[in-house]
Amino acid sequence: MTGPVLSYLEDGMIELGPVGEAEGNWRSGTDEDGILWLVLDKTGTGTNTISQGVIRELETHVAAAESDLPKALVIRSAKPKGFAAGADITSFDAMSDEGAADLLRQGHDVLDRIEALNCPTICVVHGAALGAGFELALACDYRIAVDGASFGFPEVQLGLHPGLGGTFRLPALIDPTEAMTLMLTGKTAHTKKAKSLGIADAVVRERHVAAAVRAAANGEIERQSQGLKAQALSFDQARGLVARKMRSETEKKAPKEHYPAPHALIDLWEEHGDDRKEMQRAEIESFAALLKTDTSENLRRVFFLQQKLKEAGRGEDGISHVHVIGAGAMGGEIAAMAAIKGKTVTLGDVETEPLGKAVKQAGNICEKKHLSRIETRDALDRLMPDPKGYGIARADLVIEAAPETVEIKRKIYDGLKDRMKKGAILATNTSSLSVDELAAHAPVKTRFAGLHFFNPVSQIDLVEVVGGTKTDKNTADRLAAFCGAIGKLPAKVADYPGFVVNRALTPYLMEAMVLMDEGVPKEVIDSAALRFGMPMGPVTLADQVGLDICLHVAESLRETLDKPMAEISSDLRHKVDAGKLGKKSGQGFYDWSDGTPHPQTDRDLPEDITDRLILPMLDACVEVLRKDVAQDEDQVDAAMIFATGWAPFRGGPMHYAHARGVDEIPRRLKELQGKYGDRFAPDDGWGALG
Amino acid sequence: MTDVKEQRVFLVDGARTPFLKAQGKPGPFTPVDLAVQAGRPLLARQTFDKAAFDLVILGCVNVIADEMNPARVAALRLGLPETTVAFSVQINCGSGMQSIDTAYRYIRSGSHQMILAGGAEALSHAPLTLRQSAVEWFGRLNNAKGPMAQAKMLTGIKPEFFKPVVGLERGLTDPITELSMGQTAEVLAHRFGIDRRTADAYAMESHHRLATAQEDGTLDNEVMPAFARDGTVYEHDDGVRPDSDMEGLAKPKPVFEPPYGKVTAGNSSQITDGASWCILASEQAVEEHGLTPIAEIKDSEWAGLDPAVMGLGPVLCSTPLAKRNGLGVEDVDLWELNEAFAAQVLACLAAWNDEGFCREVLGLDGAFGRIDRDRLNVDGGAISLGHPVGTSGNRIVLHLANAMKQRGAKRGIATECIGGGLGGAMLLEAV
Repeated sequence: MTGPVLSYLEDGMIELGPVGEAEGNWRSGTDEDGILWLVLDKTGTGTNTISQGVIRELETHVAAAESDLPKALVIRSAKPKGFAAGADITSFDAMSDEGAADLLRQGHDVLDRIEALNCPTICVVHGAALGAGFELALACDYRIAVDGASFGFPEVQLGLHPGLGGTFRLPALIDPTEAMTLMLTGKTAHTKKAKSLGIADAVVRERHVAAAVRAAANGEIERQSQGLKAQALSFDQARGLVARKMRSETEKKAPKEHYPAPHALIDLWEEHGDDRKEMQRAEIESFAALLKTDTSENLRRVFFLQQKLKEAGRGEDGISHVHVIGAGAMGGEIAAMAAIKGKTVTLGDVETEPLGKAVKQAGNICEKKHLSRIETRDALDRLMPDPKGYGIARADLVIEAAPETVEIKRKIYDGLKDRMKKGAILATNTSSLSVDELAAHAPVKTRFAGLHFFNPVSQIDLVEVVGGTKTDKNTADRLAAFCGAIGKLPAKVADYPGFVVNRALTPYLMEAMVLMDEGVPKEVIDSAALRFGMPMGPVTLADQVGLDICLHVAESLRETLDKPMAEISSDLRHKVDAGKLGKKSGQGFYDWSDGTPHPQTDRDLPEDITDRLILPMLDACVEVLRKDVAQDEDQVDAAMIFATGWAPFRGGPMHYAHARGVDEIPRRLKELQGKYGDRFAPDDGWGALG
Repeated sequence: MTDVKEQRVFLVDGARTPFLKAQGKPGPFTPVDLAVQAGRPLLARQTFDKAAFDLVILGCVNVIADEMNPARVAALRLGLPETTVAFSVQINCGSGMQSIDTAYRYIRSGSHQMILAGGAEALSHAPLTLRQSAVEWFGRLNNAKGPMAQAKMLTGIKPEFFKPVVGLERGLTDPITELSMGQTAEVLAHRFGIDRRTADAYAMESHHRLATAQEDGTLDNEVMPAFARDGTVYEHDDGVRPDSDMEGLAKPKPVFEPPYGKVTAGNSSQITDGASWCILASEQAVEEHGLTPIAEIKDSEWAGLDPAVMGLGPVLCSTPLAKRNGLGVEDVDLWELNEAFAAQVLACLAAWNDEGFCREVLGLDGAFGRIDRDRLNVDGGAISLGHPVGTSGNRIVLHLANAMKQRGAKRGIATECIGGGLGGAMLLEAV
């Protein structure tokens, strides 16, 4: 909460020293103590990235400092959002064509010269310093973190490792195994952690930045120093031992075959960890080589797909109060996420017990998301369990997350008539019913749409915004903006059985069950999918989603699609009848009583198994494109990746289809059709992709 | 100051948490947590915006260190604008009524239009404090220079330093007379001849009435479920014993003055946590926002008397209130007289029916009269549902308004005794 008084007073509260207006991307000035301030304020954007231009101009400033040495040099950002988000990823494609190594060497040269400057160099970091931004900070003698600052190397998520000196500067600064862990996982170290690891030399409030800079310039801030462990790891043998362990841990989460970058980083460190010069040379070469890998190209594509979805979620939602109907796992987590992101939320249910559970779960989510004590308190204060439905009349958006029958939903909608606020939107979280059919019962059809979240809502970012034939554009736009406001990625799609994600996923799950009926062990089926690069095999996924929900979606797709689908496995029906619903009941196809199963097996895969699982998904994607359910191929890829974790290093199902050949796949489908039945008949849409 | 015409004041709506019996350890909610639990649904069911309130007042006796000025903390946590002024009031057991009375007088004067007035108390959170002698000793230890001096100080340590003072126990002891509240009830029981059996019978009836009210939905609009962070849902006042009987009530020994006393844990109010809010609005605000009041607040009165007989507070303040408004005992359809102790409630009734007392002490011509039990605490009281001290006064005014509406009663008085020798009363009229 910020009122007008504080808003007025906090305007322009970033300490910028004596700097003047920007010349290019940097602003500079020397204060009365002779301290040179270099402030990054990249033109035309609210977020700093370290582009070639930024580096080139920095070189000029550094050269000036070399010839007229200041008392100290300070580097910081003028952007309220944070220090710098990393390298300019949009330039990577061009960079990889133009000889990345040369460009990298120029960058290394500038950072080396900052490091060599014969005066204290101080980096002040507020917000995030990521990737190349973090590397710039590492080239300085001191890092002063403004409370809330964070540091990280997310490069592995792009199929890369740090390339501007991070691979040797961070292990030289802090415990090398901690440094490697940060780089291998891409995880961010927040202020407190950054201080305890030794990344930050001091933590201050923004209002004390100038004083802290002066103290650092005068040598009054103690610099972090490494412990004994770093010395031990300067020996090859010790590093070899640790590297082996890192390799096996990394292989489990990111197999080398699919994700070469972390393995390349371990190699680098093992081979050159004791020789900075060699390491620098090798880092540049390795980074340039990784840029060209399919994995990195595809992961960069995924990053841009994500940006596109984020873009779709911008704008004003006009929603300050959300009322969620149904406090099951879905409704509860939707409510929690909205409350965490600042919405006023009422959560309705006919029973009070699930409301209590939802409050507890919301608290757990706050903890998992590292909210502070007062942030958690405020989020839980904003989330009001509402057994009497008082929120309905005040809500700008009502989200119905009730059981999946038209009858129950119709009754609920009837109860909303004349109670909802003027102009309010009603959205259904249905996954298996037709939005248009439900719209017939909605109080106002134009302000009715699907808002399809995925389980668990707190972890899966994609939301399908399903427009029915009557849904007006403003409603769909507001819903997409609402998704953005609560930290989700909206995909605007049309009403269709299974929408996009479940339409594509269902044949995959169904085929897994057919394979089981054929006698293929579930571990083998799951392994086939894992080896392809899915985060989870289809049998495990079915258990996780809930077998009752799988059955429901499968039945409804079989009824409504004009395409042949696999027979629903009788084993699935029996399991549902017996109450073995998967993860939520502790037993499905797998036993979940000891947590998530890990069905890896080294056994040989039966013939055709991978294509039988994967290709029907691609075929369904082509179908939803042909029928204009999805907007374009990028959207389909993004939806599948951010809803199901679909092998990201392959760039998404449609991208994979193109890589493999859009004429090859229907040919292969026909082959499978001949062997296994008409469910493999290729869609008519393949021809149009050419 | 311009001359402002006095405004009529209405009680528009109100809600409270269930009252939760202290279980010998801090309960799931702090005073402000409770105020938030009660306030959220109350505000959610209004048609007007939260910004319509021009003041928040909250009564709270045992303010915890993390929540200084709990009214302000509660207002902000309830999402009221930062521009809304909020203050807390404390007059011991009358705090929750003091907030309503202050709001009533502010609105009546014309300076305010709509006020959120509440009470919040978490007696289970009442602090343990160090003895004064121990505090002084710790201070001297801190000032001792050098290890020798400190070692010497350590020899002065006394076992009693580590016996913490139970804040609650001290809070329920009158500082002037050093009588505990229970003892003041013993004084009244003795003076008005209330025997143990009569007190127990009164207590049993209190439980039965509350149980019925919980059962038949009487409290549905008044008591809002509270949701703890661990997922537990508290739906009802949990101190109620629907099967309370004379045999059971005869068992507990007198707690305050054993072995001959009459006041037991069974016929006293319970130590509980709870919060309650009322929305007060001027006639103008009622019209502007299209509100439907439950009752009109007509008048209020406070009185003081000897702390040793604080239990007669209701008699001392309600009598002039009735007299000023020309009301005899028959004119008041419903009474909420806070049940601090069964003996104390019965003593009030006895005093009103005592010609000598009424003439000599109250200045009436004769006895005020007998208050019918059917008009008194009709849905139970603090003996069955508990007495979170800063909240009870708010609850009885709110419940009086609701009970009047449910029964079609024309007039009612809510009144309470206040530790330290005070009494407060409010007169409500049907709209």
